Amino acid sequence: MPALGADMTEGTVLEWLVKAGDTVRKGDIVAVVDTDKAAIEVECFTSGTVSAVLVPVGSRVPVGTPLAVLAAGPGMTEVGPTQDERGPAPETVPHVEPGPPAEVRLATPPTRKFAAESGVDLTTVHGSGRDGRVTHADVARAIAARTSLPAGRVRISPYARKLATELGVAVSSLSPTQARRAIHARDVRAAAQRRAERAPVRHSQDAEAMRRAIGALMARAKREIPHYYLSTTIDLHTAVEWLREHNLHVPIPERLLPAALLLKATALAARRAPQLNGHWVDDSFRPADSVHLGTAVALRGGGLLTPVILDAADRSASELMAELRAAVTRARTGALRSTDLTAGTITVTNLGDNGVESVHGVIYPPQVALVGFGAITSRPWAVDGLLGVRPLVTATLSADHRASDGATGARFLSRIAALLQQPEEL
Amino acid sequence: MTTYREALRAGLRDALEHDERTFLMGEDVGRYGGCFAVSLGLLEEFGPDRVRDTPLSESAFVGAGIGAALGGMRPIVEIMTVNFSLLALDQILNNAATLLHMSGGQLNVPLVIRMTTGAGRQLAAQHSHSLEGWYAHIPGLRIVAPATMEDARGMLWTAVQDPDPVLLFEHGTLYNVSGELAPDAGAVDIDHAVIRRPGTDVTLIAYGGTLRTALDAAGELADSGVDAEVLDLRTLRPLDEPAILDSIARTHRLVVVDEGWRSGSLSAEIAARVAEKALYELDAPIERVCTAEVPIPYAQQLEHAALPQQADVVAAARRAVG
Amino acid sequence: MTPPLTRAEAKSALHAALAGFASEAELEQLSPSENLREALELDSMDFLTFVERLSEQLGRRIEEDDYDHLATLDSAADFLGEAHR
Repeated sequence: MPALGADMTEGTVLEWLVKAGDTVRKGDIVAVVDTDKAAIEVECFTSGTVSAVLVPVGSRVPVGTPLAVLAAGPGMTEVGPTQDERGPAPETVPHVEPGPPAEVRLATPPTRKFAAESGVDLTTVHGSGRDGRVTHADVARAIAARTSLPAGRVRISPYARKLATELGVAVSSLSPTQARRAIHARDVRAAAQRRAERAPVRHSQDAEAMRRAIGALMARAKREIPHYYLSTTIDLHTAVEWLREHNLHVPIPERLLPAALLLKATALAARRAPQLNGHWVDDSFRPADSVHLGTAVALRGGGLLTPVILDAADRSASELMAELRAAVTRARTGALRSTDLTAGTITVTNLGDNGVESVHGVIYPPQVALVGFGAITSRPWAVDGLLGVRPLVTATLSADHRASDGATGARFLSRIAALLQQPEEL
Repeated sequence: MTTYREALRAGLRDALEHDERTFLMGEDVGRYGGCFAVSLGLLEEFGPDRVRDTPLSESAFVGAGIGAALGGMRPIVEIMTVNFSLLALDQILNNAATLLHMSGGQLNVPLVIRMTTGAGRQLAAQHSHSLEGWYAHIPGLRIVAPATMEDARGMLWTAVQDPDPVLLFEHGTLYNVSGELAPDAGAVDIDHAVIRRPGTDVTLIAYGGTLRTALDAAGELADSGVDAEVLDLRTLRPLDEPAILDSIARTHRLVVVDEGWRSGSLSAEIAARVAEKALYELDAPIERVCTAEVPIPYAQQLEHAALPQQADVVAAARRAVG
Repeated sequence: MTPPLTRAEAKSALHAALAGFASEAELEQLSPSENLREALELDSMDFLTFVERLSEQLGRRIEEDDYDHLATLDSAADFLGEAHR
């Protein structure tokens, strides 16, 4: 059972798309798993033959439980190796968890001796002989496979190995960017990204389950996270004028909403405030390398999802606008990607459309900060010693006191305010 | 605009003005104004009791400085170059660094020793070495290396106030460098490393004379899309380990630039600590850019080839980033 | 010159632009003077989509300054009719 979210501890198998005896290829969708927030397709990480399905449909099991056993077998040779495989994969299960102990293999004494001398564990070798007997040729193949892909002796940087564990990426599924080089963090991230892009959500969830999931997550947030709250009022006169001017001159589909500027300013400020951008895991804070912005999206039937805009600080306001529209569409059509559930490093909630002035939100674990924006409303405001009417917005920050202090949060909000005074720079 | 030399002089003047107990002594610091003209004019300003020329005997005048410090003064001793400080090594190591310990805490030595270090000026093998890493090996000493105008101006006063011996290393190529210095610049801390340029892809650690090399390399790397962070150690002993580890946790790659020789160097110490404490943050082998293991050559092109250059740092960073 | 939009044409254009935000039955039940954004719970992104579709159907730009005219089905029909006169 793969971990499809930092807060996921168990999952339910909704559907099996394969059965024992089926031949599968790396990347095939083999099952659909319910995380309580969404139904997610599970990909197969290696090619082979399904020898057993261990968890029946409807069963709820902890993360890390083997779901099925795959064997490298005749099916392997039929489908042939895919491009990025450098040899037959050993018997394994989807995800990185070790498989259950395989049954004792039949083999002749000379074959046993050959295997022992070569350091080959017979239980890891597929037997192609009569009744599944392991032959001398099978052992020789296992040795050849081991030479071409030394399992457990992959050249991988210590950081990349750590990251792979955190992201649930199997080290054996990775290959370096260039041949003969070690696997680095970027290779792990790329693999996680590819996995995320290939695994869209298939089924939307019933409202009750989503209510329960939101409830559990928010209760955990309030129980574990010592929240502190800050708010500031920002004069959006310049930003609103700039938007008006911009929108007058671009085709309608390219019009920007204030939200795009608010998101961009937040992303830029978050990049400069590493203590607010990242995850609290295992009693310590892990700052993120980039700003992956979760955006809270209310669903029409009730409920809430937070699709993620990756690398938000590196995108232009126009790109962010397009990303935001795509994210809202993903959330409302139930087509979230795995990254939408796991990758966010800080979340923005914008309740301005509902007319409220400000929102003091609950942090989305394991993140450590949530930024809220209320409605943009025209109000009296002192400008250069005179009272004027300005479009104002209240920006709030809910932050995790374990990861940051008020001063950091205050600087962060001030930076957002300052950035919004120069919309052309966004 | 001011020069590094003038900033140092302003720091000296500050110390002489603000603390009656301070005085400067060393070879040619008075009438000649200092071999590198750092103390030019101070004799005229403060008189021969406060700015004293000494005989050419490093062991004697460093010893005298230790004695004066034990007697309640706050001496600032200038040694012309780090190579010559070896003549006073017995005084520095066996007396200055150990007396507090050997007296059971009764005798502290509030002594500041300034000296020139480093190569790059065609002064050959007896005037060009970077031995601050050796001194950073010794418990009982604090070692600082100002690389910026602010630090040249402000480190001395903080060092004078330290109750224990502080060695301040001025890189010889920096004296003529000029830059902006705020009129109200003053004392700075001598405990922490400082990030001179934030970045996300690789950490370049440097200090003193190599800081400029690292910053220039970071600029060149930025042109090709590599965002390097530059950490100025400032204090070589005790090392600001948290600052180093924090930076590695952000960038996951490390290049140490050190004008000392590689074997048994400060760069080796940093690499070892990162390997001890942050191995699982490393995404690439640690790279070191050090001086070739030869006595510093006199010939200009050979000297250039022996020292860490911008191109070497760029190449190391590229290897690390991959 | 495009001929002026009749009331019925304006209504059908508006309904088409609101497709997906509410069913045809819901739109039929909507009072002509009810605020569209509130009644249909349109957020600013939805409203932009609505404007975008409307613009495309009519073959002309609708500026942000005109958004106020699109508050209700009634005011929107008036605005679309006038715009083509």
